[in-house]
Amino acid sequence: MDMPSPDPIVLSRKAELVSRLLQVLPSDAVIEDEMETRAYECDALTAYKCPPLLAVLPRSTEEVSAILRICHEMNVPVVPRGSGTSLAGGALPTADCVILGVARMNDVLDTDYANRVIRVQTGRTNLSVSGAVEEDGFFYAPDPSSQLACAIAGNIAMNSGGAHCLKYGVTTNNLMGVTMVMMDGEVVEIGGAHLDSGGLDLLGVICGSEGQLGVVTEATLRILHKPEGARPVLVGFDSNEVAGACVSDIIKAGVLPVAIEFMDRRVIEVVENYAQAGYPLCEALLIIEVEGSEPEIDAQLKLIREIAERHNPVEFREARDSDEASRIWLGRKSAFGAMGQINDYMCLDGTIPVSSLPMVLRRINELSEEFGLDVGNVFHAGDGNMHPLILFDANKEGDLELCEAMGAEILKLCVEAGGCLTGEHGVGIEKRDLMHVQYAPADLNAQMAVKDVFDPKWLLNPAKVFPLDASDTRRALQVAAE
Amino acid sequence: MKPTSELELAELIADAKTPLQIKGGGTRLMGLPDGNVLDTSGLCGITLYEPGALTLVAQAGTPIAEIETALAAENQRLAFEPADLRDVLGTSGTSTLGGVAASNASGPRRISAGACRDFMLGVRFVDGLGDVVKNGGRVMKNVTGYDLVKLMSGAHGTLGVLSEVSIKVLPSVEMQLCLRIKGLDPLRAVAAMSAALGSPFEVSGAAYDVNGAVSLRLEGFEASVRYRAAQLVGVLAEFGPIEALDDQDLCTQIWCDIRDARRFKNTQGDLWRISVKPSDAPDLLSVLNPSQAQLDWGGGLIWLTMPSGTDVRAKMTVAGHATLMRASADTFSTRARFHPEPAPITKLSADLRARFDPIALLNPGLMGACHEDRI
Repeated sequence: MDMPSPDPIVLSRKAELVSRLLQVLPSDAVIEDEMETRAYECDALTAYKCPPLLAVLPRSTEEVSAILRICHEMNVPVVPRGSGTSLAGGALPTADCVILGVARMNDVLDTDYANRVIRVQTGRTNLSVSGAVEEDGFFYAPDPSSQLACAIAGNIAMNSGGAHCLKYGVTTNNLMGVTMVMMDGEVVEIGGAHLDSGGLDLLGVICGSEGQLGVVTEATLRILHKPEGARPVLVGFDSNEVAGACVSDIIKAGVLPVAIEFMDRRVIEVVENYAQAGYPLCEALLIIEVEGSEPEIDAQLKLIREIAERHNPVEFREARDSDEASRIWLGRKSAFGAMGQINDYMCLDGTIPVSSLPMVLRRINELSEEFGLDVGNVFHAGDGNMHPLILFDANKEGDLELCEAMGAEILKLCVEAGGCLTGEHGVGIEKRDLMHVQYAPADLNAQMAVKDVFDPKWLLNPAKVFPLDASDTRRALQVAAE
Repeated sequence: MKPTSELELAELIADAKTPLQIKGGGTRLMGLPDGNVLDTSGLCGITLYEPGALTLVAQAGTPIAEIETALAAENQRLAFEPADLRDVLGTSGTSTLGGVAASNASGPRRISAGACRDFMLGVRFVDGLGDVVKNGGRVMKNVTGYDLVKLMSGAHGTLGVLSEVSIKVLPSVEMQLCLRIKGLDPLRAVAAMSAALGSPFEVSGAAYDVNGAVSLRLEGFEASVRYRAAQLVGVLAEFGPIEALDDQDLCTQIWCDIRDARRFKNTQGDLWRISVKPSDAPDLLSVLNPSQAQLDWGGGLIWLTMPSGTDVRAKMTVAGHATLMRASADTFSTRARFHPEPAPITKLSADLRARFDPIALLNPGLMGACHEDRI
């Protein structure tokens, strides 16, 4: 992975940087010891590692502002970090950067049921936002798989999704306002408990900007009352195509399940071995969950059954109680862990139009044979967000490179099918060099123009999102302007 | 000027030397009176519609009516229900997809389903230099690069002229039902709407007419709608007698009238559209004491008329923003259409406009001040 060379001036001024940071932060908030900074050398994309120059752990927006002001003055790159669960290398440090971790900022600032919003510091974990309002019957809808660990800051940076976003939308649809610190230390308030922007929708472009436009320290999030109940069904099919057609028919029929999850035979076998969830061994399996009161659930599932039966399922299993419901989800939820048990794997995240599902799955199988690497498919079928898992052996020389090459081919396939490189994990460094596949130079220039406006020196989360050859003139310009 | 292709649109803008007034169907009166009219209605037609994937792609000048007809044939709809403002603004013409997207036009279902911006999956546009830019795509989940789709929604053409928009659509519903509670003052009305919206019963519309009633909408399969209606009547018992209307045409009429702010047709004075935190609405109403008012979005969206020339923004003591929707030419000449924003936001927005439209061709001055290097 190409990364820009560390700035020798920044490296040589480490002591001065530490001393200036210690003037505005307590000593426990600045981590400079090389052994300790190593804890921040990577995120959940562990194939790439680089210890940062320093790490700082502020406790307030004011501290974040003071840190950024100093880094801005000294031209030190800053990599914001939530919980470090990015699968795309979104929080990978550079050797000359300061890691700015928001983990200590995890307070709930205001809970407002009348207006159905909660205000939190962004180091708070996703699940604990729901935890704060759960007793009163409310929840925060976006539910990425890593929700136990991942921070709202990272959710906003990556515009995270989750299994239930078919009905409730992703982070951007549930984010109403932010307090954000700009790279020069200025604190800005955008949005709030009211809906929609009175001017340009800056909140919309900040969400999903991978921490490159500012550091979001507080967020106003939409909360909803929990549904009265939810129930999953499991439907097995003897081909991927038929399962795909069934998904399409369900959506067309006007039922809007909260989740439609898909697993192929490879994953079913591995998961069965690992979790003994009692799944039928078939070619493709759907888990469909609907919500509402008992009679509402019954009515929706009746319709889903009618549609599914037109496609001759090999199995249609409805959860009769909460125990059976959790058994249906058990396999899906342990799928990534189960795959990890048998091998190293790389998890892709392309999205495709639902109608292209059979074609794309067929092509992925062909690529699997071409490259000689096994692939399992487990993903959010309702919205076409694929998660092909390519299995490889990290200890075998050349296998990672082979796996990456195959991953690139699959993502190109997603784009060709009318989809995109990443549906919910983000570009980070992982898909950075593939951006040319999806976007023409003018498309990338328009995005980079936004970066120029928010962070003219290009110091925030450097070397992510944009291919280095596309951004080098802009980055050089900023250096020259110094 | 009326380009019929994206290429023509790009050439036109690349060659333009003086400001352009960008016009879709001209129903929202958002263009400025000066400048050559750039009419996008020649960019017309649905380019892709996949009902099974809930996605539709159309050229920006495609009439909303044409899209709604195509969707209805597949029993689907635009869930964000864009308003038809012709009656209230006294305009004619045909509302277009580009106009709706550029103004982020969202109706009562904004509180449950989301705004127009939440349903926009991708855009193609031409920036102020004549460069064609695409962003997003036609799939429902996409975090590839920065989300310029959101930036373009509600930019009123000031960052680029939309040439194509992809949207997510949703299934139509089997039935709707409207619950009405009469005789509530604004404070009690907002409390009733909050109680309904804070319940698990999926209210898809919550509005209040200060001279009339609170209206709550339920939609879905019939059995579900009737069940939820019964539950809600229980939740809202403390607010007085509740009337349930299930005549489908009547329900449609009620919510179209609210969506289109039709009660303000032929009214006197300036028409404002104000976005606030719902619980702030009652106080604001008592401060402003408008001649007529309607609350939507559970109280979060206030439509009201004030005597001509009243500075509503100066009287706003709560967070939010007020857009001047209809006023005399005199008032428009002295009062910005959009709410002025804090200095750092104004600067960011101006800098963005300067990047996307460096010679200030695209609806200059409509949002915020013009930047200075205008030729």
